[in-house]
Amino acid sequence: MHSSHSSRHRRVGDGPVIKWLLTGIALAVTVCLLIMPLLVIFVEALGAGWSTLADNLLDQYTLHAIGLTLFVAALTVPLNLIFGTALAWLVTRFRFPGRKLLITLIDIPFAVSPVVAGLLYLLLYGRNGWVGSWLADYDVQLMFSWPGIVMVTIFVTCPFVARELIPLMQQQGSEEEEAGVVLGASGWRIFRTITLPNIKWALIYGVVLTNARAVGEFGAVSVVSGNIRGQTNTLPLHVELLYQDYNIVGAFASASLLAGIAVFTLAAKGFVEWRQARILNRQQSEETI
Amino acid sequence: MSTADQASAVSSQRWPRSGIRSKRVLPGFGLSLGISLLFISLILMLPLTGLVIEVSAMSFDQFWFVITDPRVVASYKVTALAALAASLFNGAFGLLLAWVLVRYEFPGKRLIDAVVDLPFALPTAVAGITLATLFAANGWYGQWLSKLGIEIAFTPVGIVVAMAFTSLPFVVRTVQPVLEELAPEDEEAAVSLGASDGHVFRRVIFPALWPALLTGVALSFTRSLGEFGAVIFIAGNMPYVSEVTSLMIFVRLQEYDYAAASAIASVILLVSLVMLFAITLWQARYLKRIEGR
Repeated sequence: MHSSHSSRHRRVGDGPVIKWLLTGIALAVTVCLLIMPLLVIFVEALGAGWSTLADNLLDQYTLHAIGLTLFVAALTVPLNLIFGTALAWLVTRFRFPGRKLLITLIDIPFAVSPVVAGLLYLLLYGRNGWVGSWLADYDVQLMFSWPGIVMVTIFVTCPFVARELIPLMQQQGSEEEEAGVVLGASGWRIFRTITLPNIKWALIYGVVLTNARAVGEFGAVSVVSGNIRGQTNTLPLHVELLYQDYNIVGAFASASLLAGIAVFTLAAKGFVEWRQARILNRQQSEETI
Repeated sequence: MSTADQASAVSSQRWPRSGIRSKRVLPGFGLSLGISLLFISLILMLPLTGLVIEVSAMSFDQFWFVITDPRVVASYKVTALAALAASLFNGAFGLLLAWVLVRYEFPGKRLIDAVVDLPFALPTAVAGITLATLFAANGWYGQWLSKLGIEIAFTPVGIVVAMAFTSLPFVVRTVQPVLEELAPEDEEAAVSLGASDGHVFRRVIFPALWPALLTGVALSFTRSLGEFGAVIFIAGNMPYVSEVTSLMIFVRLQEYDYAAASAIASVILLVSLVMLFAITLWQARYLKRIEGR
């Protein structure tokens, strides 16, 4: 709005020397710290040629790790989608005691070290834990097998959907939904036809972020998985295993898959922000009419 | 807000006797509360009981002996100092990057803006092996740095690099929106009255910016304290020199010493929870001040 304004007046840092100096430093550090690392992953993965990359990716242990990782993400993402949406609806559409506490609690997985997260689950569901020892009587083992991996992954990724939705739903307010209630629509119908179209893109980005973290979680998973090749090895653990075996090219081959998901996540973010801005613009122009 | 009041007035007219419910116009309170509480209890709260039981089974002397073990104390120092250095670097560089992205136009700006989030999207283990490879003695960076006599991989400086990388987006993403919202009037008035850029930045811009900057640095510090995946590949993990506390927990677990692992974990869990609540309270306070609510 004030862009025409500021083009006439000089602001801090508008001088050509300071401008190019600051931009130059920022670009140089960004290239060194962010772009080169991304590049080196693909260069190392291709270090021994395309056919070696293909061999590395088609190795039976790598394929198993890919399969397990996708399986874990497929279980984690829908559960966190339901939870995140329910929590966002709860804290943005209702006022009740403990609401602020709930918003803070949901950030715990972001603040806690992933190793501590893994340990918490190991202590509770491991053979000596109070739940784990009870389950062991029924021959159910959760830790050092895939259910444990799924459980800690749900823990570390549970804030993402809610974190994406809460600010947006707060900003949009609930007038449209309340109009739906007055007109007699059912709760599910209100959510599907009014809320969902408004939050669709943020929801999608929340899912993309949840997925990115679910396939990439390392610390928590490495505590509870037991790293058994061909059994409980996820892709990030497989990367570590190959790297410790001095199979650097193999490690980077698997890493390049994960880096590909990361690049896709960044692209999805750009796209979602663009769509979200369009929706907000449309709503604002409707309001002025 | 007024529409909400009207709507709730409508609902209380239609259902005059429904008590508390009349305040809640929208449906789904019970369902969303149920799902949220079930999830938070099962996923977040229940696992904490395991740690409490394990730690309370120890005597205080045992607990104290484990958490003040010299190797563990050395790991606290390494972790805290490296996290501090990384978050201060991110404070300076994050502010610069946010400034450049908001104030200037240059080719590739959209790309730079997008790539800022890379550390959050890239798995930490991948970041770890990548940084270790770049900074190793024969790596792209390492071979030049070693000619200057600088070693980064497998030293505590490597830990700082890994922590700075993984927590880089925090400061940029907290400062950026505040810079965008900054009203230009005061600044332009000061500049047109002949004040120097540095003076205006210190007296006009920085006072509006520093709460967001501090929040970003604190978030970056908290994240760095717990960082594991990126750090262990580049740290070298030498006892007393370059072991982080997360790794100490991992080492104790591999020795099947669950009690010791739990004791150390309870220390860093406590520190991170205190940091989380402090940041939340601080944010609530300064938001209140700047929005006048």
